[in-house]
Amino acid sequence: MKKAIPVILLLALCIGSLFIGITDIRIEDLFMLEQEKIRVMIISRIPRLLSILLSGMGMSVAGVIMQMIGSNRFLSPTTGSTTEWARLGVLTAILATPSATVFQKMVIAFLFAFGGTLLFLYLMQIARLKDAEQVPLVGILFGNVVGAVTTYIAYQNDLIQNITSWMQGSFAMVLRGRYELLYIGLPLLALAMFYADRFTVVAMGKDISGNLGVRYFSTVQIGVVIIALITSIIIVTVGSIPFVGIVIPNIVRMIYGDNLRKNLIPVALLGGCFVLLCDVLSRLVIYPFEVPIGITVGVVGCGIFLILLFKGGPREAR
Amino acid sequence: MIRTKNVGKHYGEKAALADISIEIPKHTLTTFIGANGAGKSTLLSIVSRLMKGEGEVLLEDKPLSAYKNRELAKKLSILRQTNHISVRLTVRELIGFGRYPHSRSRLNKQDEQIIQAAIHRMALEPLANSFIDQLSGGELQRALIAMVIAQDTEYILFDEPLNNLDMKHAVEIMRLFRKLVDEEGKTIVLVLHDLNFASGYSDHIVSLKNGRFLRQGTAQEIITPDSLREVYDMDIDIREIDGTRFCVYFK
Repeated sequence: MKKAIPVILLLALCIGSLFIGITDIRIEDLFMLEQEKIRVMIISRIPRLLSILLSGMGMSVAGVIMQMIGSNRFLSPTTGSTTEWARLGVLTAILATPSATVFQKMVIAFLFAFGGTLLFLYLMQIARLKDAEQVPLVGILFGNVVGAVTTYIAYQNDLIQNITSWMQGSFAMVLRGRYELLYIGLPLLALAMFYADRFTVVAMGKDISGNLGVRYFSTVQIGVVIIALITSIIIVTVGSIPFVGIVIPNIVRMIYGDNLRKNLIPVALLGGCFVLLCDVLSRLVIYPFEVPIGITVGVVGCGIFLILLFKGGPREAR
Repeated sequence: MIRTKNVGKHYGEKAALADISIEIPKHTLTTFIGANGAGKSTLLSIVSRLMKGEGEVLLEDKPLSAYKNRELAKKLSILRQTNHISVRLTVRELIGFGRYPHSRSRLNKQDEQIIQAAIHRMALEPLANSFIDQLSGGELQRALIAMVIAQDTEYILFDEPLNNLDMKHAVEIMRLFRKLVDEEGKTIVLVLHDLNFASGYSDHIVSLKNGRFLRQGTAQEIITPDSLREVYDMDIDIREIDGTRFCVYFK
């Protein structure tokens, strides 16, 4: 019974999400087979719902993998410079061929995100920062430097407007035909599941990985491939959604711990649920307008996180 | 048997370890002793394949580099001394990862039994379901030792396994190591700072100084004032109680 609660919650949110919007659609309309309303459902509402679920799952899974392979629970694509690199990649793709397809942009973004994230993780290995808290700070700084380069190049080429849309995520523009790339996230989730134990071993450090016969660097690279792919797909389809990658894995971590095989699915589901909830809120707060999803995610996520932090849950014993 | 042939490790010009050729006999408890910076941990790391060095290490007459990762992980295990683990696993999950080289993610009944036995041997039952980030240093150390024991390899290497442990647990663990060697035919290699533990429990002692090999032999041969003066540059009084040599170096 207890396990059914999240599923019921998720279903309720899904249904809620489908029936919120400018065009007033009621459930009975669908049964009456009203052509116009069914079209709105198929072209806009359902794609929106699916893209929200897929990107929420994607961001939180990318976050948890990043935390494992970086052995740091404050890492995520946003705090580890991955998103910034992906944006620089998108810009490069636009500059190289202004008519680049979404897929081409995604590939270039992926290459940048992959290289950049590996570089960041490598720098962190050399630097051996003493405090875990310093790693994401350096990551944010590093990301900002990359972001500054992106902005500069975009400014020089009159592409600022174009780039801003990749800075703030939005589901408002999701229509059928524009979000399907997000489905690549599902096989990536399966791949992450397959490597789950190896990522957990890698999180225990180089020595223990070596002892257990797990190849440290190749496992890290596979992790970065998954993270960079997920991030670049989300960036080119809906834009970046901050915070999910940190908040969700850390909430799940407090309950289930870090055993990735055990918590990957909860992380994915809760990630989808969370972004969906935030999207519903975004659409209701100033109806019929929308608050950018990034802001809602930030505010709600922060709130939940602070509550969990202060209300306890098992804390670190020092 | 583990054999090292001219093993060394250089950092630039500086040699942390040079020209070590030793034999670690099978079914024995071997201890490396030496002052800080003698190269004990470096040697252990190279023997365990976690560190690359010069020269060659032979495990049962086959070079370490010729083993596949997973194959080696079923034959030889190592626990190093610095383990900053920031991963939130339960003690049981952590120990379960010791079975990873054997069964990957699919733990069978036999694995579960081995895990349970390792928990029992380290007396970790009350903590089995606690998260390791809530443990004290000594408890974590025992959990890590239990993980290596669950890995159940023929050769087991420990770098200062008694770190963070109180006297009771230190003695229990040394007794367990002895038992693993005597009853289960394991080969255990330790780096120890406490000479009395080395003297009381080892079959074989290797002494090192400034990255060079000094001597190897039984406790009777190595725990002597002359030999220890070479190692530590200090005079150590040696008393024999019930056949075991004890070093008195507190005064």
